[in-house]
Amino acid sequence: MAWLYAARRITVKEHPMYREDTIAAISTAMSEAGIGIIRVSGPEAAEVGSAVFVRPADLREGRRTQIREWEPGSIRFGYITDRDGQVIDEVMLSWMKAPHSYTTLDTVEINTHGGLFVMERVLELVLKAGARLAEPGEFTKQAFLGGRIDLSRAEAVMDLIGAGSEYARRTSMAQLRGALSERIRKVREEILYETAYIESALDDPESYDLEGYPDRLGAILQRETADLEDLLAHAEDGRILQDGIRTVILGRPNAGKSSLLNLLAGEERAIVTEIPGTTRDVLRERIRLGELALLVSDTAGIRSTEDMIEEMGVRRAREAAGDADLLLWILDAAQPLSPEDRQIGALIRDRVKEGIRCIVLLNKQDLETRLREEDLTALEEIRDLSLPLLSFSARTGEGMQELEETIRRLFHADQSHGSNEVHLTAMRHREAVREALEALRLVQHSIEAGLSEDFYTIDLMTAYTALGKILGEAVEDDLVEEIFSRFCMGK
Amino acid sequence: MSIPEKKEYHIHTDVCVIGGGHAGCEAALACSRLGFETVLFTMNTESIAMMPCNPHIGGSSKGHLVREIDALGGEMGRNIDKTFLQSRMLNRSKGPAVHSLRAQADKAEYSRSMRQVLEAQEHLTIRQAEVTELLTEQSGTDLTGSPAEAGSGVPTDSSPRKICGVRIHTGTVYDCRIAILCTGTYLNARCLVGESITETGPSGMQRSTHLSDSLTKLGIPLRRYKTGTPARMDGRSIDYSKMQIQEGDERVVPFSYSTDPETVQIEQVPCWLTYTNEETHAVIRANLDRSPIYAGIIEGTGPRYCPSIEDKVVKFADKTRHHVFIEPEGRYTNEVYVDGMSSSMPDDVQQRMYRTVPGLENCVIVKNAYAIEYDCINANLLKLSLETRDIDGLFCAGQFNGSSGYEEAAAQGLIAGINACNKLRGREPLVLRRSEAYIGVLIDDLVTRDNTEPYRMMTSRAEYRLLLRQDNADIRLRKYGYQCGLVSEEDYQKVLRKQAMIEEEVARLKKIYIGAAAETGRILEQLGTTPLKTACSLAELLCRPEIHYGDLLPLNPVRQQSSPLPAEVAEQVEIFIKYEGYIQRQRRQVEQFEKMESRRLPEDTDYLSMAGLRLEARQKLQKARPSSIGQASRLSGVTPADTAVLLIYLDKLHRKG
Repeated sequence: MAWLYAARRITVKEHPMYREDTIAAISTAMSEAGIGIIRVSGPEAAEVGSAVFVRPADLREGRRTQIREWEPGSIRFGYITDRDGQVIDEVMLSWMKAPHSYTTLDTVEINTHGGLFVMERVLELVLKAGARLAEPGEFTKQAFLGGRIDLSRAEAVMDLIGAGSEYARRTSMAQLRGALSERIRKVREEILYETAYIESALDDPESYDLEGYPDRLGAILQRETADLEDLLAHAEDGRILQDGIRTVILGRPNAGKSSLLNLLAGEERAIVTEIPGTTRDVLRERIRLGELALLVSDTAGIRSTEDMIEEMGVRRAREAAGDADLLLWILDAAQPLSPEDRQIGALIRDRVKEGIRCIVLLNKQDLETRLREEDLTALEEIRDLSLPLLSFSARTGEGMQELEETIRRLFHADQSHGSNEVHLTAMRHREAVREALEALRLVQHSIEAGLSEDFYTIDLMTAYTALGKILGEAVEDDLVEEIFSRFCMGK
Repeated sequence: MSIPEKKEYHIHTDVCVIGGGHAGCEAALACSRLGFETVLFTMNTESIAMMPCNPHIGGSSKGHLVREIDALGGEMGRNIDKTFLQSRMLNRSKGPAVHSLRAQADKAEYSRSMRQVLEAQEHLTIRQAEVTELLTEQSGTDLTGSPAEAGSGVPTDSSPRKICGVRIHTGTVYDCRIAILCTGTYLNARCLVGESITETGPSGMQRSTHLSDSLTKLGIPLRRYKTGTPARMDGRSIDYSKMQIQEGDERVVPFSYSTDPETVQIEQVPCWLTYTNEETHAVIRANLDRSPIYAGIIEGTGPRYCPSIEDKVVKFADKTRHHVFIEPEGRYTNEVYVDGMSSSMPDDVQQRMYRTVPGLENCVIVKNAYAIEYDCINANLLKLSLETRDIDGLFCAGQFNGSSGYEEAAAQGLIAGINACNKLRGREPLVLRRSEAYIGVLIDDLVTRDNTEPYRMMTSRAEYRLLLRQDNADIRLRKYGYQCGLVSEEDYQKVLRKQAMIEEEVARLKKIYIGAAAETGRILEQLGTTPLKTACSLAELLCRPEIHYGDLLPLNPVRQQSSPLPAEVAEQVEIFIKYEGYIQRQRRQVEQFEKMESRRLPEDTDYLSMAGLRLEARQKLQKARPSSIGQASRLSGVTPADTAVLLIYLDKLHRKG
């Protein structure tokens, strides 16, 4: 990614600490409909944009689109693609060169077709390409510091800041449910205690012993990282449940995919709508299952032919599965396991290892049973994954209740909830938890590498600070960022 | 004592250093070495560089300070190298950032040797006298201005004032442009041994009684701190067979970069370890009502990190024993120091309490443990240069600034001395950043943060401690010592050469690849490490925990042929390569940090009328007048929102300019 950093020379001298980061966020209110804009602002905006955006001509010729070379102020059509070159959305992208943008910095705006899922996906790609998630109001702050907003106005704004910080603290806290903040506080206190312990021992080595300490800390860290991962999973679940669970139905021909789809989308229980703004080749249907919303891929394909896997090929199936939150693997109980099944099993194994959840469904189409549950649990490809295995009958509808319950359980549906507001903040919280996790993993790495205890505390404190951001307890810039969210002049 | 009002005798000098402790010695040496006429005032010439508390120099993080003092051209490191009894590198099994050198000192020798250095120093006069008054005049008038105005010492109006002299108890006035206050624990001191209170300074020295009044009249608010020290015992009365011996290191590492390592391989004196027990704690608990602290007689605030044995027993009630170290006070004295059992209990309780400790059953006390209370300032009224903000030419250093410890004192003394000279020479002050030196952390913490107890250095206070190691203080700081004139051209060139050699060798180790040949494999197995599967660079090999720089020699033909790398260079190369990932990570953090530090706030900024600042922040900033956005952001009561306002203010200034 060296090319990404080549643009460093454009930095603006005046406010280095605020200006050097390239930041990105969804800058229109999130809603299921309408156009969504993802704004990228900062010295590397063009490079970040070029990493995710490609014009049709460039796509054909396998070139990278160079936004920086465009005429400033131009708007072009193209695709957002992920790292594997998979098209995520068709968009219009506009390029504004410093200082002729709202923030006064180089800015790229990606106009998506909207839809929460697509917007977040695009934002995710933009962040992966090197932008940092903008704090609420940070675009305004850039504009502010860049002199875009005149000074008399700036001073009027500053008068409100004192009140703003209190507001930000309150809202930040309010958006955290009590139990969640309690868990974070507990982890944080534990980190602080261990850090203090190590520091005491380093300061007074003759009184405090660190003999065997790395093992003790290792055990604590294992518990803490598991705890944070769990938190993160919950946070992620909240997002998934709100947007709809991206679901891919897998199974070889005639296994019962369309029966399952029909069952799911049965007239009484399903509301079927097309999701606007998704690309043509991955069509998803929103299907309601109890309180859950499933976004089922390739429904049209499943409906039109039972030979989907053959048609798609395993490669396509693999891609579709890579984009999913949930895989439903359906097998025909009347047929013994075939090599195709094992191929699908291998595919599922890879995805499950990436954290994608999967449920195996044994479809009992008639009385003759050649495939028993034991055969499946013994299947080499999926043996160690302990996947939930359910029997269901497309004919009687037996097992649907269990399916719904299993999905609820896998996505912690009973513990998570979310309004748009909480959801937004949760994204920042997730970033903080991720940062803390990363730091704690570095500590684990230091322990494994046999480094001495003084190295641990550096990363322990990073984790402490990161978690503090969630609780609003860190004396750091993030409070100001929150404040600036009150002056959302970003259109 | 009466102060004569007339017939003043005037002596002219450039700098007056008040106090001859560790801060005063460094300050006076720095000023006189840089060519300024300097007078060092001490209550008693016998107490120059006295160590009235623990008999060691260095230790965790304090060892770093001594190294930094040495790199900048201070004296402490050289002096302890000449006078130590035992030396240990602490935390040797830990990472290089927390290795810390600690040496037991021969107290009398340390003091005598420092006095010898002072006496031999050109431009430096030692004067045994009590300074009773600081003399100031209105800023803008010069030294030869109206004597009536100059002599008053009390501001008659609110206009800015500057130092013009100091008066001693005899009435004689030393006219000067700079005064450096290094009064340690002497100001209005009182010592407490239970109900017995004596009005003395440390170790029975005469205290200073008039200067506090003079400071108050000048508008400098004083606070009251306390500290304590354990008993000294007659070594003959101690049964060492009941204690564990603590020897020094086999190979001693000197503190000073200019000490020849061979000269410090001396015969060392051991220390001894024993423990308190439940019986000790019972004696203390039964007599808590007689402890001046618990009885409420002591008003001063004591440090939490160096608790008295009473505090330990009360606050850590679940601990059944505490460490006690018996440390020699000197080679030619029987006195030993009972480290870990400082106390202000009455004598009879002390006698009983100490005798419960194994090995001390028949101990004879030479000097009682005591607590000492003294006047000092809140260093928030200083600039980072250690000059007071309100009185031009008045610098403060050491325990007077609310710190504790010999090393912390010496470090401040040196910086105050250097900056006094910088002022006299019309140069910018030397302000070390938190990212450059423990000294930078120390002074920034004292001046910027709110401290409510005597401040002691700790490695955990240094955010970038991986970079601020005791092994690289010369590389970090020699240049500053050289720039101000305390480090010679030769010593400076030496460090430049060292730096070049380190960089060259690191680059070389990264370039040389060795194959997975059988011969190489044998060598590696001999070194207790696994043979290579594929070719790798010597640098990669050095990253293995079990491999050290010296081990690479058989694999390193070029180095075999050329002259061997000096040990201190090899050490740096090894540290850099082994911990490169961590070091680079900290460097990136430092880059971020320094951006904030480099945003300078003008000294005359009017915070009170700055729109957008919260009232509390306005007052705090107006009082503290921080030098940079970074410093402002560390002030308590200044929120990130306020910091943003300051940024906008700077932006506005920038536009106008």
